Amino acid sequence: MPNAALEEAFAPFVGQDFGPPEIARDPVNEAMIRQWCDAMGDANPIHWDAEAAAKTHHGGIVAPPTMLQAWILPGVRLADPDRPPSDKQEELHALFNQHGYTGVVATDCEFEFERYLRVGDRVTAKATIESISEEKATALGIGYFVVTRTRFENQDGELVGSMVFRVLKFKPSQPPQQASSGDAAPAKPQRIPAPRGHDNGWWWEALDRGELMIQKCSQCGTLRHPPRPMCHACRSVDWEEQPSAGTGSVHSYVIMHHPPVPGYDFPVAVALVDLDEGTRIVANVVDCPFEDIHIGMKVECSIEELGGVKLPVFRATS
Amino acid sequence: MSQSRRLGDVKVGDALPDLDVELTAAIIVGGAIASRDFTPVHHDRSAANAAGMSDVFMNILTTNGYLSRFVTDWAGPDAALAKVAIRLGTPNTPGDTMQLRGEVTAVDPEGGTVDIAVAAKNSWGDHATGTVTVALPK
Ligand SMILES: [Zn+2]
Repeated sequence: MPNAALEEAFAPFVGQDFGPPEIARDPVNEAMIRQWCDAMGDANPIHWDAEAAAKTHHGGIVAPPTMLQAWILPGVRLADPDRPPSDKQEELHALFNQHGYTGVVATDCEFEFERYLRVGDRVTAKATIESISEEKATALGIGYFVVTRTRFENQDGELVGSMVFRVLKFKPSQPPQQASSGDAAPAKPQRIPAPRGHDNGWWWEALDRGELMIQKCSQCGTLRHPPRPMCHACRSVDWEEQPSAGTGSVHSYVIMHHPPVPGYDFPVAVALVDLDEGTRIVANVVDCPFEDIHIGMKVECSIEELGGVKLPVFRATS
Repeated sequence: MSQSRRLGDVKVGDALPDLDVELTAAIIVGGAIASRDFTPVHHDRSAANAAGMSDVFMNILTTNGYLSRFVTDWAGPDAALAKVAIRLGTPNTPGDTMQLRGEVTAVDPEGGTVDIAVAAKNSWGDHATGTVTVALPK
């Protein structure tokens, strides 16, 4: 559900400048350029060797163009947690935070360069909130894409370059990952286990034992899946479980390419399988060329440990 | 690096030399400081943990810095970057390796520019993918 109160509150931000133009604290200088080149392992002599730079069409030492934004960032001040919002973009983000959209992730960044900055140039930046999308469902959670554009000029008012930035402000839908220690390689992302609650825990526990179970209404005998407290046919809350033979046929399927959910090698085949007992289950079809999968294809279930989670998968019946 | 590539030497399909960067905390924090980006998640692991990440992760300016360096390493000192457009993906964290790959996708003899499809991969997938446009001497 789109958040009407939030959307009404953020509408006036669209088209607004962040604030007055930001003027670089320091002119373009060799020390900051060298520090940048050291960090990036950039050995291009146009950034540090005056003689070599003079022989190129640059005509002297120039700053790395992708360093453009570094000239106007505020430095250590950015790390102060108590810093009040200092411009319209930060006010906008604070507004999203108030509404629970606390997550932020940059999705796209586009630089265009008109001219290279020379030592002694002083950069001025003017940033604008260009657009805010409608609410989107993403792998990270629901959120809004915010596009900003920054125009960079030199001391003579000449355009140096521009930057378009797209971020997603979202409601985080996943708990933080476990912290790692040292410089160990990050763990390969695993599949996200299904939450186990009062109404469905028994089904996952059966899978852990290698059994595929079906829930059956004790009153009218209707089968149902996934597990839930009440029969959709007679509204009884009395139920029992019965084992499934694991055989069935493909009712429908998709080959999923996007979004990339952790723990899967994409693309993957996701099928809705009609179990022979008479209910349906969603699972992956594996070890079958995608072009061979078809509606009505006979399949059989195998319970396998995948990415740390026991799950049913289906293969074509041989 | 002293030799500059010329427009006439380049054709569509040319691959740039691979660049693999072993990511350390020093590279990630060093890049953040060099870009004056003191957003805590780029230098403070507890802040990164609180944001749902296992460790500090590379800021976008550093990603752009590496991508542009990757292209100018190949293009030489007479080249001038005109455009760097990327889609951002999986985070770069210490202990991982960023693999930079590039291939020429267009040569514009009139404008004097070359488009390069670039990709920076890590163990999670695509860290960044996009296009770098660079002007080369004729
Ligand atoms: Zn019933």
